[in-house]
Amino acid sequence: MALLEMSNISMHYGAIEALSGVDFALERGRITGLMGDNGAGKSTLVKIIAGNFPPSAGKMFLEGREIAFSRPVDARQAGIEVVYQDLAICNNLTAAANVFLGREEMKGVWPVRILDNWRMSDRSKELFEELKSETRPDDVVRSMSGGQRQAVAIARTHLSQAKIVLMDEPTAAISVRQVAEVLDLMRRLRDQGMAIVLVSHRMPDVFSVSDQIVVLRRGHKVADKPISKSSPEEVTGLITGAIKIA
Amino acid sequence: MTAAPGYAYSGPRVGFIQKIVSKQPFWVLIAVVIIPMVMTLVEPTFHSAFFSGENFVNNTRNFAFIAIMALGQVAVMITGGIDLSVGSTLAISGIVLGLLMDAGHSFWLAAFAALLTGLAVGAVNGYLIAYWRLSPFVVTLGMLSIGRSLALAISNNKFFHKFGPDQGLLLQFGGGKTFGIANPVIVMVILALIMGFVFKYTRYGRHLYAIGGNEHAARLTGVPVDLLKVSVYVLSGLMTAIAAVLMVGWLGSVTNGIGIGYELRVIASTVIGGVNLLGGEGGAFAAVVGAALIEIIRNSLLLAGVDPYWQGTFVGVFIILAVLLERLRGRKVG
Repeated sequence: MALLEMSNISMHYGAIEALSGVDFALERGRITGLMGDNGAGKSTLVKIIAGNFPPSAGKMFLEGREIAFSRPVDARQAGIEVVYQDLAICNNLTAAANVFLGREEMKGVWPVRILDNWRMSDRSKELFEELKSETRPDDVVRSMSGGQRQAVAIARTHLSQAKIVLMDEPTAAISVRQVAEVLDLMRRLRDQGMAIVLVSHRMPDVFSVSDQIVVLRRGHKVADKPISKSSPEEVTGLITGAIKIA
Repeated sequence: MTAAPGYAYSGPRVGFIQKIVSKQPFWVLIAVVIIPMVMTLVEPTFHSAFFSGENFVNNTRNFAFIAIMALGQVAVMITGGIDLSVGSTLAISGIVLGLLMDAGHSFWLAAFAALLTGLAVGAVNGYLIAYWRLSPFVVTLGMLSIGRSLALAISNNKFFHKFGPDQGLLLQFGGGKTFGIANPVIVMVILALIMGFVFKYTRYGRHLYAIGGNEHAARLTGVPVDLLKVSVYVLSGLMTAIAAVLMVGWLGSVTNGIGIGYELRVIASTVIGGVNLLGGEGGAFAAVVGAALIEIIRNSLLLAGVDPYWQGTFVGVFIILAVLLERLRGRKVG
């Protein structure tokens, strides 16, 4: 049984059909590369999974149970985390404060409940070590590299024991060396059994980490196959429409 | 805990000295200490005048009112907002207090009503800013005008100087001393300690910094951004109302002209203390030390016999220097 199963998903914005009849499934411990041109429906699909809005039609099952999210919080509670392109990180806070933002650890007895900064720092340190990142929990994010910021965003999903992590262009704005770092982070999450969706325009990244590739064109799914059975040339053809379906 | 009071959490395991020295309030504190020393060197008679007990009480009390208002303003500014309406809020709260006590009501009832007035003004500001998504600058600028006009209308331009049966209590509360320290200063210290604690050690405080750092991120992680935004304007209104009660007690009278231009002194205090106008940075100590520096500058110039017309120039130079200092520190870090 797939971890997440979406069947016959459609999404209309007025007369515009962003997604039509898409089937989509995610397995534990697998990275799925999601590709397509601008407006192909990638971000609509991701936003539906993340609970930003429900689909116009179609059903979603998580671990075999039907789900319907109306708010992103619902999806997060179900174990679906998003790492946003702009990272959604507060630059003025420390790495640990960001990892625990909205789920702070407290200590003391009511009414004197105070932030347990030491514990959050220690736990973040463990998370960064698991991710083999050199990010220091007590450093302010402002002074960090793009790769370290990614580690902060990813550690946050890790803290919540997410089942599914949706990554929207995680390698778009960082240097080549940092890209390798981020791809390694993704492999580590996969090895711990998470299902990962990688939305990216960068063909080399997708082919280097993905297990499965899904291509969307104009709201239709035109490919869904193991990455080993595809090639960058085929995917390029599918994205542009030179190849109709594969 | 070894950390500068009231600052955004930046790690418990960084060197104590290194951390203190990297904060703006530390340097402002140095200025507060050094200015009187320099003035003493320049003008020998300055020493006896400045360091007299009387002058100390006056100085500390004068900046206490502004510092209390600045404590609320800091909360607003940490979220990236601004509250320009504080001078007018001070006036409405003060007038409500005067009006009720003049009519023979007790100090406690009148003070309670004055605080409620401040809360209400803040709630209106916060509601418009958080839920109608209007710019804080414009909303509070409008409230600056509305508040002053309401103070005029409610008071009917009357000058209140008789405060009924509890007059003695009011004058003692605002104008009296406890253990040789002016009461407003004691209130300021208590409020500063509370706010410092709230900013640094509570989830509420952490979330205010998060909103100032990246409002979108805070929202995505489930921080109740809109509610917190309302709360900081309410806090600013409340602090201003507390300052109003103390100030009316100290002055022994109130007119609708009280606190004109105070918004600028309050904001100047926070900026000198190193609070970032863009949000995400600042603390309780910054508000107090910034207000103290302005008062020290004013008082020192006065005692040194400098024409008071020049006060504004000196204060203005320090505001600009403060921003410059922040820029220099920023460059070193980033």
